[in-house]
Amino acid sequence: MTYFPEEVVEHIFSFLPAQRDRNAVSLVCKVWYEVERLSRRHVFVGNCYAVRPDRVVLRFPNVRALSVKGKPHFADFNLVPPDWGGYAGPWIEAAARGCVGLEELRMKRMVVSDESLELLAKSFPRFRALILVSCEGFSTDGLAAIASHCKLLRELDLQENEVDDRGPRWLSCFPDSCTSLASLNFACIKGEVNAGALERLVARSPNLRSLRLNRSVSVDTLSKILMRTPNLEDLGTGNLTEDFQTESYQRLTVALEKCKMLKSLSGFWDASPLCVPCIYPVCAQLTGLNLSYAPTLESSDLTKMISHCVKLQRLWVLDCIADKGLQVVASTCKDLQELRVFPSEFYIAGYSPVTEEGLVAISAGCPKLSSLLYFCHQMTNAALITIAKNCPNFTRFRLCILEPGKPDAMTNQPLDEGFGAIVRECEGLRRLSISGLLTDKVFMHIGRHAKQLEMLSIAFAGDSDAGMMHVMEGCKNLRKLEIRDSPFGDAALLGNVAKYETMRSLWMSSCTVTEKGCQVLASKMPMLNVEVINEVDESSEMDESHGGLPKVHKLYVYRTIAGPRDDAPDFVKIL
Amino acid sequence: MSVETERSSTESSAASGLDFEDTALTLRLPGSDPDRKRASTSDPDCPSPTAAAADSPPSPKAQVVGWPPVRAFRKNALAASASSARTKFVKVAVDGAPYLRKVDLAAFAGYTTTTSAAAYDQLLAALQDKFISHFTVRRLGNEEMKLVDAVSGTEYVPTYEDKDGDWMLLGDVPWRMFVETCQRIRLMKSSEAVNLAPRAAR
Repeated sequence: MTYFPEEVVEHIFSFLPAQRDRNAVSLVCKVWYEVERLSRRHVFVGNCYAVRPDRVVLRFPNVRALSVKGKPHFADFNLVPPDWGGYAGPWIEAAARGCVGLEELRMKRMVVSDESLELLAKSFPRFRALILVSCEGFSTDGLAAIASHCKLLRELDLQENEVDDRGPRWLSCFPDSCTSLASLNFACIKGEVNAGALERLVARSPNLRSLRLNRSVSVDTLSKILMRTPNLEDLGTGNLTEDFQTESYQRLTVALEKCKMLKSLSGFWDASPLCVPCIYPVCAQLTGLNLSYAPTLESSDLTKMISHCVKLQRLWVLDCIADKGLQVVASTCKDLQELRVFPSEFYIAGYSPVTEEGLVAISAGCPKLSSLLYFCHQMTNAALITIAKNCPNFTRFRLCILEPGKPDAMTNQPLDEGFGAIVRECEGLRRLSISGLLTDKVFMHIGRHAKQLEMLSIAFAGDSDAGMMHVMEGCKNLRKLEIRDSPFGDAALLGNVAKYETMRSLWMSSCTVTEKGCQVLASKMPMLNVEVINEVDESSEMDESHGGLPKVHKLYVYRTIAGPRDDAPDFVKIL
Repeated sequence: MSVETERSSTESSAASGLDFEDTALTLRLPGSDPDRKRASTSDPDCPSPTAAAADSPPSPKAQVVGWPPVRAFRKNALAASASSARTKFVKVAVDGAPYLRKVDLAAFAGYTTTTSAAAYDQLLAALQDKFISHFTVRRLGNEEMKLVDAVSGTEYVPTYEDKDGDWMLLGDVPWRMFVETCQRIRLMKSSEAVNLAPRAAR
């Protein structure tokens, strides 16, 4: 192969889009390393602190699409203190210096400033797509910069970000010459947008396929927009809570009927049940439906809508749907692949209207189900065993029983056997979150059977260090392990230190790890950053002793070739 | 939200066979039956909120940081909708009573009452509490509801005025639609209730 001209080698590599494959070929020899790195178009950085931005840009100067992830997953649940890190600035600055051909940037759980967005907008003449997920630190002024300067912008996708709203001006910053928009999602912007500016923008965007509005957009504006977008495939509605005005909703129905390509529907902020019949005309063509922001829809409203959705593959819904609603889903949505059932009340443990029965019904009716996120207030081993047998194709299984440490609702036993059945039957399982009363036995099952498992989330589970050690020993493909409020200490942490270099990261909070244990880990494994995060607050456990040593409140361990980071705040100690 | 008295009495109740919970003073919606399952004995050293959560239903005190694992964005979005438009007070008039009362329609139909029928029952029970001491609720075969004053024998028909200004019979439409469209409620004497809007065809 080394006798082929480089252009031929490069052409062969173009058939290897997957990062893992490209990483592999670059290890073969120096020539291949060079050819690969100069032709690499997509780079994915799973942990922004695993490598320095300059090094990425130096190695891959011709990258077109860059993805970077920042904070650990538990940051979603406020377990990572603010100002911990995850800054986008260094990445955007490095890219602006070293790869001006950049076209797409994806960032998740990072802190992005308006200055960085402005730099981004002005540095990359071919920039086309900005996707920000669960980020913070910027305002609508930053969006205004993107709109103003990115002449070829095709995609602006803002998913669940904390955006400081400085007014509706930003939407008007798209110049009249901007006609390339294919995807616009501003559902997370809290304030008003200028309806006229929005309508004009849509009118001059013939390629628009995906449009997700925020809750300020009125039904009338939505109707007007839909009349202009017959090719729309994905819609996030605006406000559907207005006083029932028959004419408005009739116009909406007519407009929706025109959208023959519509496959995916979301939004429904506080939707009025009276709007539900408007959606009926498109239900039969939907493959994706997100009703998880509509706590105002009762089980009967939801089932009436869903009973029309025979092609549904992805459903996100609140637990108000209740078990009987899930039975309707099971009998209607035979192609269902992904289901998420979110809790609508967070602090009333024991009041979720969905139980194990709903999930059993779904598993019986929807054999293609592969991805599940299910919040409920009770579960049983028998149900989990049945579910595992009905749906052996799970790749993602996340079960959250709202009350921590709750046992089997019928037998009062731990749920070890139920989850054991899941990992035994679902050989392709890549992601697992467990909950309820669990002993070390469940970890024995996981270590023995979950051979494809890449991500495991543990909360309020286990009896001893042995639990965590089963997982560290048995799960050969484990990349991310996150644990909270479980009795795992130094012995578990240090049981298999070499494994951390094969993983992206480990998170442990409110466990029984001590600072001494962390020191030992840091000294044995110089290729890891061992971050001890100790905030001083009322719930601090600094004074509690475990063998006479202060316990570590939060621990974040990750492999890195960048060394200790220099942007860590005072409360983070890197050992 | 319900407030419950000390549970220590239940320990002795198990021995004596008497269930003091039945006589405990509580503030809760009529007919609602909170979870009275006792949790397995809780370890006082255990920091988990299991015991607290199982013993006392709606109590915001048993909160663990970051639990349940729901993104802040979603929590905030649902909290925003919870705080907005979560009361709907309407005037209630009863023929023959000198003054009107107000009732919050949004207070009915929580998790313990997910059916329209149950919500309507709760509303009637609440009206009963407010106005007449000796009501019975009579549900006829065709699902019409009537309130009968056991003392005077007077029959009342519950009606409401909708957004179009028409007087409708309570109970025909799903609960949520009723809450949205109801402007005021009137308990009409049966003898006067002759010209109500006809019931929607099934």
